Amino acid sequence: MSNILAFAETRGGELRRAGLEAVAAARVIADAKGGQVHAVLFGTAGISKHAAALGAHGADVVFVVEHAGFTHNNPEAVSATLADKVKGGYAGVVLAASATGKDVAPRVAAKLGVPMASDVTSLTVSGNGITCTHPGYTGKVIQTVTLTANPAVVSVRPGAFLPKENAKAGAVETLAPSGDPSASRVKVTETAAGNTAKLDLGEAPVIISGGRGLKEAANFKLVEDLAAAFGNAAVGATRAVTDDGWRPHSDQIGQTGRLVSPDLYVACGISGAIQHLAGMRTSKTIVAINKDKDAPIFKIADYGIVGDVLTILPVLTEAVKKAKA
Amino acid sequence: MKIAVCLKRVPDMDVKFKIAPSGKSVDETGLKFDMSDFDGYAVEAAIQITEKLNAGEVTVISLGGDVVQETLRKAMSMGAHRAVQLKYDGTSVDSYAVATALAAELKDGGYDLVMFGRMSIDTAHGATGAIVAELLGLPCVTAISKLEFDGRTAKMRRELEGAYELVECALPAVVTIDEGIARPRYPSLKGIMAAKKKPLDVKPAQLPAERLSLDAMALPPERAAGKIIGEGPDAVPELVRLLKEEAKVL
Repeated sequence: MSNILAFAETRGGELRRAGLEAVAAARVIADAKGGQVHAVLFGTAGISKHAAALGAHGADVVFVVEHAGFTHNNPEAVSATLADKVKGGYAGVVLAASATGKDVAPRVAAKLGVPMASDVTSLTVSGNGITCTHPGYTGKVIQTVTLTANPAVVSVRPGAFLPKENAKAGAVETLAPSGDPSASRVKVTETAAGNTAKLDLGEAPVIISGGRGLKEAANFKLVEDLAAAFGNAAVGATRAVTDDGWRPHSDQIGQTGRLVSPDLYVACGISGAIQHLAGMRTSKTIVAINKDKDAPIFKIADYGIVGDVLTILPVLTEAVKKAKA
Repeated sequence: MKIAVCLKRVPDMDVKFKIAPSGKSVDETGLKFDMSDFDGYAVEAAIQITEKLNAGEVTVISLGGDVVQETLRKAMSMGAHRAVQLKYDGTSVDSYAVATALAAELKDGGYDLVMFGRMSIDTAHGATGAIVAELLGLPCVTAISKLEFDGRTAKMRRELEGAYELVECALPAVVTIDEGIARPRYPSLKGIMAAKKKPLDVKPAQLPAERLSLDAMALPPERAAGKIIGEGPDAVPELVRLLKEEAKVL
């Protein structure tokens, strides 16, 4: 069997980009093996409306699992259903290395009794198995690992596999969940928005991030204003700032926070502690605005402006608005 | 409450790494080691639970060579009550193999709660905790940033991208710890002295054959040095021009 299963992640009834990225990565393996990509979409009644998008992005078949037990994340029922499906004859299963994907992937691997690779940034198929690269040591070392077990379980780093449209529509089939999803021992009682940002840090092409140089929580408004001027930007923060309660911990970018790779990263009043750099150094273009011309952030920034972020940000926001108009 | 915390000894990440001549590991010369960041939060959270209840016991477990004893002693100097070294002199990147060895030790321990960091900072697969839960047949909640108890029910907050979940599950359970739950304390001198007398059992680790091989390690390409384009608000027009014309991100 050379078909690959992809986990079509949703939240709040909406298909997440992570789901399309899992399909894109599954496509890489399936194409190399001459197989198909089958996506599995979990949700409550009506979730099947997303099947077309999955088909249009490379899923040959979309299995829809509808059940009231999938109102919130239900990792026990999702992993049981995925694992049972894989046992029916697949060479592997691919998930996004999102919070949900990272939760489900090891459960699936354990149910199948196979190892797994996480946060994978590239994939190649060889006779020996599936070879993956993934960043370790907070991104300072790139590790190449080979999964020699069959089936393989892989989670892919957000942004590493870009969804591609194809002209072919996928077939849609219904799939019964394994067991009773309402009987899971782990109960999610509520899913709530952690911050007001419209765009998630992992998905935004632009990230505007603030540090202690902003002096006080209220000045984060300047960072938000610049993000709003870009229109496609999310707001991030340093650990110092989240520790002080200026921003929620979920906004933290760095070694123990989010690891991001946007097209543009604007570091505002951030000196560039090594822990912060670990989270954003793979950004494609980095801009740094900081008072201290010797701040480490300037060593990795493509463009730097030396000066007070509080006076520079409003000017930059206006200039970006004008450029975007 | 009987709590087990599985922790891993990893290099201090604040340094520049070199790859060893084998090409399959980092050169450990000159590196400092400590418990992995998220494991430190787990150890602290576990100790706080037993302190709050004024009852219970925290056992710290680590798989590795004798060098892990130093990390286990540190956890005991913070307040963990006992330690187990699962002696294994090789290195493993296979979470499934490591989880199998840990689960064998945890199986008959009678733990109400088994805690892990949400991932180790070195191999960074973030899979061991959930695999152990599956092997033990226990419920599992990953990446939690808050934890409290209502009798035998754990109530938790779990971080998602730009959102969070409130989650409940009955004990015994396995949880993996994210940032925000607790900042690890520094061991006191009294704690360090006390830790020397606390029990540290050494048992052989039983790892199954590994099916995830580490083929190579490499350093990522260095970023080319950038340029400071100016000072103060006056530099903004030039920045906008560069973002438009050179970086093409505007």
